[in-house]
Amino acid sequence: MLSLTCPHCGPRDETEFSCGGESHIERPGVEASDETWADYLFVRDNPRGVTFERWHHRFGCGAWFNVARDTVSHEIKTVYPMGAPRPTTP
Amino acid sequence: MMQRYSFLSLAGHALRGHRAWPQAWRSPQPKPAYDVVIVGGGGHGLATAYYLAKNHGVRNVAVFEKGWIGGGNTGRNTTVVRSNYLFPESARFYDHSLKLYEGLSRELNFNIMLSQRGMVTLAHSRHDIDAQRRWANAMRINGIDSDLLTREDVRRLVPRLDYAPDARLPVLGGFTQPRAGTARHDAVAWGYARAADALGVDIIQNCEVTGFDIGADGVRAVKTSLGLIGVGRVGLAVAGHSSVLARTLGFRLPVQSYALQAMVSEPIKPLLDTVVLSPSAGIYVSQSDKGELVIGGGLDLYASYAQRGNLPTAEQVIAGLITLFPSFSRLRMLRQWAGVVDVVHDSTPILGRSPVPGVFLNCGWGTGGFKAIPAGGWCFAHLLAKNESHPLATGFGLDRFTSGALIDEAAASGIAH
Repeated sequence: MLSLTCPHCGPRDETEFSCGGESHIERPGVEASDETWADYLFVRDNPRGVTFERWHHRFGCGAWFNVARDTVSHEIKTVYPMGAPRPTTP
Repeated sequence: MMQRYSFLSLAGHALRGHRAWPQAWRSPQPKPAYDVVIVGGGGHGLATAYYLAKNHGVRNVAVFEKGWIGGGNTGRNTTVVRSNYLFPESARFYDHSLKLYEGLSRELNFNIMLSQRGMVTLAHSRHDIDAQRRWANAMRINGIDSDLLTREDVRRLVPRLDYAPDARLPVLGGFTQPRAGTARHDAVAWGYARAADALGVDIIQNCEVTGFDIGADGVRAVKTSLGLIGVGRVGLAVAGHSSVLARTLGFRLPVQSYALQAMVSEPIKPLLDTVVLSPSAGIYVSQSDKGELVIGGGLDLYASYAQRGNLPTAEQVIAGLITLFPSFSRLRMLRQWAGVVDVVHDSTPILGRSPVPGVFLNCGWGTGGFKAIPAGGWCFAHLLAKNESHPLATGFGLDRFTSGALIDEAAASGIAH
């Protein structure tokens, strides 16, 4: 069971949250090529190690926030707000 | 020379106290170079090596496996085989796989313990009934066996379900694919390994591929923990770790890795002789030859490379099981584990060229790679030998994500992930 720290509500069990997938993906403009569009829709970093992802406090305050998490140990490195740049993690 | 397994060889070895059985396959040192190197000694990698040698006469082949063969998802799935897919492309492919499974014990001279006990998909609502009528009829149009079931039919096949008037998930009917069933997953890996080895394929275990040497004309060598190995072509068949190898090759994939868990109960006397799937409960269950109930469910819904599985999903799966079968509530669970699966948006595999010349992809099987092993190997061998897609897998290339020609089986995978 993960314990995630919601920026508003503090530490809560993972069952209160849902994961919104990889963060820091920017929507391309309407003139984007098919390749750029496919990249945006489907292609992901999917790292073995630290990943940057969005989480949603779905059964709580409803806030979205970013999490840096290790995909092997599941250790949560840091929690940071939506819109903030990708942090440097150890 | 491969020793043929037969009643006579068994009797002969029994008289000698079973002390003279030869190794089922060699453990060779790698040669300096191969025509084809397959990365990943799971079912798909080993089947590919076998069909390269058998169907295409390409025998200078090595399979590199960082652990032991069949130790990844091939040994971690719930052993279900079926071809109850919705769209014609998938139906053709997966039914070819099931047909190969039907002849595989004889083909490989290795008992894969195929048991075509059927798979019953349950309908718990009017919507389920309508959707399953469409599904079962689509299968028939595609030439695959399917039968719609009434509530009484289901009751006859699976008497232990909850048929009480106040059941949380009332059983209104369902449908079945009678040719679906289970096969011994380890035996599939071992059978293909032994047969490929007999045709000259080198199976190199405990040897990790860590990178690639790429020249102007494409891949030249693979870097392994046993040194640099020259190659003509490389096939990647590493399931949930495909993105990791893609990164070393300089490209990214439309793949997300998740943990998919499964569990078995303590062994009990025979009480379930079919595979039961309930999309509404989010679980499926069968009983193994040892008597254990083998239970699977949905994905752990965040990215993971951990072969563990989280507790909330395990709890959800167990809750689904006892909602369907209240009498299972006293059973103790014996083991629980997870495999790292490679999920793509349309739940259709990726079988095709990679952006690096000479490197080919076999991935994107998501939660359903085991049933696809024979056809996956068959078509991947064709691709590696001829540098063109097999007719059964023409729509499965990476280019579909750009062209938009997705084959969206996501809804047809049985479990909503």
